[in-house]
Amino acid sequence: MIFNKLSRRFSVVVMGLMAMLSVPVAQAEYQLNMTEGVTPISHELYGLHMLVFWICVAIAVIVFGVMAYSIMHHRKSKGAVPANFHESTTVEIIWTVAPLLILIGIAIPATATLLDLEDAKTNADITLQVTGIQWKWKYTFVDEDVSFISSLAQTSRDVIKEPTGNENYLLEVDNELVLPVGKKIRFLFHSNDVIHAWWVPALGVKQDSIPGFINDSWATIEKPGIYRGQCAELCGKDHGFMPIVVNAVSEPEYNAWLAGMKAEAAAAASSADREWSMQDLLARGETVYQANCSACHGPTGAGIPGAFPAMTGSPVVTGAAAGHVDIVVNGKAGTAMAAFKNQLNDVDIAAVITFERNSFGNSVGDTVQPSTIKNAR
Amino acid sequence: MNKSALKLAIIPLLMFGFGFALVPLYDVFCDITGLNGKTGRVEASEINADLVDRSRTIEVRFLANTNTGLPWSFEPLVKKMQVHPGQVYEAVYRVRSASDNKTMGQAVPSVSPGLAAQHFNKTECFCFTQQELEGRETRDMPIQFIVDTDISADIEQITLSYTFFSVDQG
Amino acid sequence: MYNETTHDGEGAHSDHDHHGPAKGLMRWVTTTNHKDIGTLYLWLSFTMLLYGGSMAMVIRLELFQPGLQWVEPHFFNQMTTMHGLVMVFGAIMPAFVGLANWLIPMMIGAPDMALPRMNNWSFWILPFAFTMLASTTLMESGAPAFGWTFYAPLSTTFAPDSTDFFIFAVHLMGISSVMGAINVIATILNMRAPGMTLMKMPLFVWTWLITAYLLIAVMPVLAGAVTMMLTDRHFGTSFFDAAGGGDPVMFQHIFWFFGHPEVYIMILPAFGVISAIIPTFARKPLFGYSSMVYATASIAILSFMVWAHHMFTTGMPVAGELYFMYATILISVPTGVKVFNWVTTMWKGSMTFETPMLWALGFIVMFTIGGLSGLMLGVAPVDTQYHDTYFVVAHFHYVLVTGALYSIIAAFYYWVPKWTGHMYDERLGKIHFWWSTIAVNVLFFPQHFLGLAGMPRRIPDYSLQFAEFNMISSIGGFAFGLAQVFFLYIVIKTIKGGEKATDRVWEGATGLEFEHLSSPPPYHSFNEAPPVK
Repeated sequence: MIFNKLSRRFSVVVMGLMAMLSVPVAQAEYQLNMTEGVTPISHELYGLHMLVFWICVAIAVIVFGVMAYSIMHHRKSKGAVPANFHESTTVEIIWTVAPLLILIGIAIPATATLLDLEDAKTNADITLQVTGIQWKWKYTFVDEDVSFISSLAQTSRDVIKEPTGNENYLLEVDNELVLPVGKKIRFLFHSNDVIHAWWVPALGVKQDSIPGFINDSWATIEKPGIYRGQCAELCGKDHGFMPIVVNAVSEPEYNAWLAGMKAEAAAAASSADREWSMQDLLARGETVYQANCSACHGPTGAGIPGAFPAMTGSPVVTGAAAGHVDIVVNGKAGTAMAAFKNQLNDVDIAAVITFERNSFGNSVGDTVQPSTIKNAR
Repeated sequence: MNKSALKLAIIPLLMFGFGFALVPLYDVFCDITGLNGKTGRVEASEINADLVDRSRTIEVRFLANTNTGLPWSFEPLVKKMQVHPGQVYEAVYRVRSASDNKTMGQAVPSVSPGLAAQHFNKTECFCFTQQELEGRETRDMPIQFIVDTDISADIEQITLSYTFFSVDQG
Repeated sequence: MYNETTHDGEGAHSDHDHHGPAKGLMRWVTTTNHKDIGTLYLWLSFTMLLYGGSMAMVIRLELFQPGLQWVEPHFFNQMTTMHGLVMVFGAIMPAFVGLANWLIPMMIGAPDMALPRMNNWSFWILPFAFTMLASTTLMESGAPAFGWTFYAPLSTTFAPDSTDFFIFAVHLMGISSVMGAINVIATILNMRAPGMTLMKMPLFVWTWLITAYLLIAVMPVLAGAVTMMLTDRHFGTSFFDAAGGGDPVMFQHIFWFFGHPEVYIMILPAFGVISAIIPTFARKPLFGYSSMVYATASIAILSFMVWAHHMFTTGMPVAGELYFMYATILISVPTGVKVFNWVTTMWKGSMTFETPMLWALGFIVMFTIGGLSGLMLGVAPVDTQYHDTYFVVAHFHYVLVTGALYSIIAAFYYWVPKWTGHMYDERLGKIHFWWSTIAVNVLFFPQHFLGLAGMPRRIPDYSLQFAEFNMISSIGGFAFGLAQVFFLYIVIKTIKGGEKATDRVWEGATGLEFEHLSSPPPYHSFNEAPPVK
């Protein structure tokens, strides 16, 4: 009687779980497992993951199998009479030693993989410094004098209330990181404020970026493609909104991209020398503000009381221009206010300062020219 | 009963102290293992010039970062160097203040890979003390360093990174 | 020794010995009775479970679909932080202390706890601590939003003003836990009835003895860590600030030196509960009693040596990673021994499946799932990919919800007839079990897939590829939350009345509390030491 009742309930559970699992099976685009990735390390990690997974499944099948048999057959309702054994040193030794052997079986390949993972000490073809900044990434090709900021794309910010149409929602950036395939790339991780973690599953790389210290990792990408990732260590308010996009291309394409980046930087530098009109600065400043400042100070400049100051009526913003320039260029130690000289060019900083001084109800009326910023670096 | 409770109460007190003792213990641990790339310091007199290993060349790369709140620009004059273990080298970093006032900074070094850190020693470094710059001052700051000859054989390159932090905030 | 303790320092209460508790609210404020204090702890725990659970509902609501619909990211982070803190320090730990208060004196044949006044203190600190912690939500800067692991420098330099309240609240919780633990040890070591040797003690008493030692060893380390945070924030030190020669990674070392034993503090008493329930309903003595004791002790010792397995991505030297990997997977050996012993206890037993047994069986199955995913997480190279994803979230919720919480609920159903003298409603109890078990798996199982597919933890919003599993998970979450409100109804119903429980309560029950005490037991359990076989 009870058995029937129980088995009926049990089958309900099984059906419920099956229904749950059949959803992903029916539609192939749902990913259930770790990615195999596109680097030697990510293949190794995947193989190790599957090995340990199947060992766990085997252990579970044995333990739950014995348990299920016992539950089915050794029940009072079936007239089972309890045995009275309650000790056996032999058995205890067997089930201490057997798991130990399994563990050794896991530890050997795991050790080998770990040693490969840590192989950042040999020479690499490209050295890339990755700096975590609340809440964006800065990439510096240290041998190339190419450096840029990569943050969440505006197309994701625009649809944050209703993102269903955007396939790469929260996994797209304004400036993609372009890397060549077939080259050993060494990453050096560093942080400007709190601890972040740079994670691209397909590359098999996840490493913390820590203020004051550098960490390293490496990858050799085997095939071209776009690989997406995210920050993996809680780093404050917009931790969920600092994606990573790696665009792996052939070497010539990579070189062309590098040349383009250099030309762009040169053009930006030369435009900093001319005098800008209030109108041009305001227009550019609004874009820069929404991309870099609005996360903390708010899209309408209201800030978050108690955490991030408002723009409207702020003594810094409405005070002397020099003070305003100083805090934007150099940041404020001990706060989330970053040094934007490390992130933006002269024109952008001049534009955003001018914009802040003459928007959100502020009307100081002056302009800050790019040349002033150049002088403040 | 109260006696045993009092005896037991000693354990948490000791463990509270142990929590703080972990701080120096951690430094010792870092020294031994090279965790987090804390570099060593040696006196120039301790170096034996005969022990240069010319058969090995290691690439040393220099990085520079400034943290928030410090109006300085900071960069290495050479980006990388090829060095032999056992020989003393000098590298120069240039720092320039964009402020009109006196400012102070403290540089924090970090070496990667961590295993190399314990073999990367400096005889002279601007990071040993706090640095003070006058308004608009530019200064070249040298470091002298030596890579130990017993550095593990599979290390082909070392990165030395400095981050300058503003001192005013403590 | 036994007679001495009943009179020592207990003069004020000898009145109560015969007249029972005082009346009214002051009974609860001034009580030094282990049963009253146990009840207070259990109610506090239930309150915190519902409070922390309501925050989990906010989290699952926001994650129900992609996009930000309900809360701001800053508030979301406050929710995950407070949910973790409240559940760990408010729901699970006090529940086990409540069980210890109720059960340890009855199990070892003592009249009360060894230090009854301190017992009162250690409870009454907690409501203040949690009021203080909860009040931060109403502050201008919001509650702490740096995760329950509060890594520096997010929790020091970059923390909201309310962090100081958080620090003080953690200090109070720590003091309460340490006092409670000292009391447990003093009771177990001094107040056992004649003949109750250490190796005759029920496993619940053993696991609590070992847990109590863990508590007094590691809670002060946590206190040290938050004290360093406080001085970093306000007194110019730089323990965790690289600018002043400190190291943010050191915070993680100190935190996890506390944090890993803390995990076992939350699960060892659960082992004790399961080791009591399985033999009762299998009608067969526990298999391998002494190996269970040794396994518990070795888990406790190993728990001090594995802390950095939470930090495989911080850039540890290879030798360190290898050591922490080996030590971590080694823990699965004594844990495995426990599971094997429970299964063997069932083997050739004569089982019945009353509600406590169902929860205990649910514990074994789902705790094992959590343990196996723990083994996977212990393998350092692949942990670099699991770390800080929903795979970890799934893992520790299997261990703490279907592990620790399930054992607490099992303990409630198992002992509540003894405590109140009323049987709970068997039908409702079974509904509660099946409802919770289906819901909790719908809630947490898909999170394994989410983590493997690349969803980081602690994010308020996610990309579209994670949408389906998050929605399934949220539905499970709401159902599981509702099931615990249903549990509240069962608890109240049982306290108010129900079928009269026998003194033995369960056919196969053993132990002093079932063999020598009435249901409900007298206000002071054993004024004379019971005979111990």
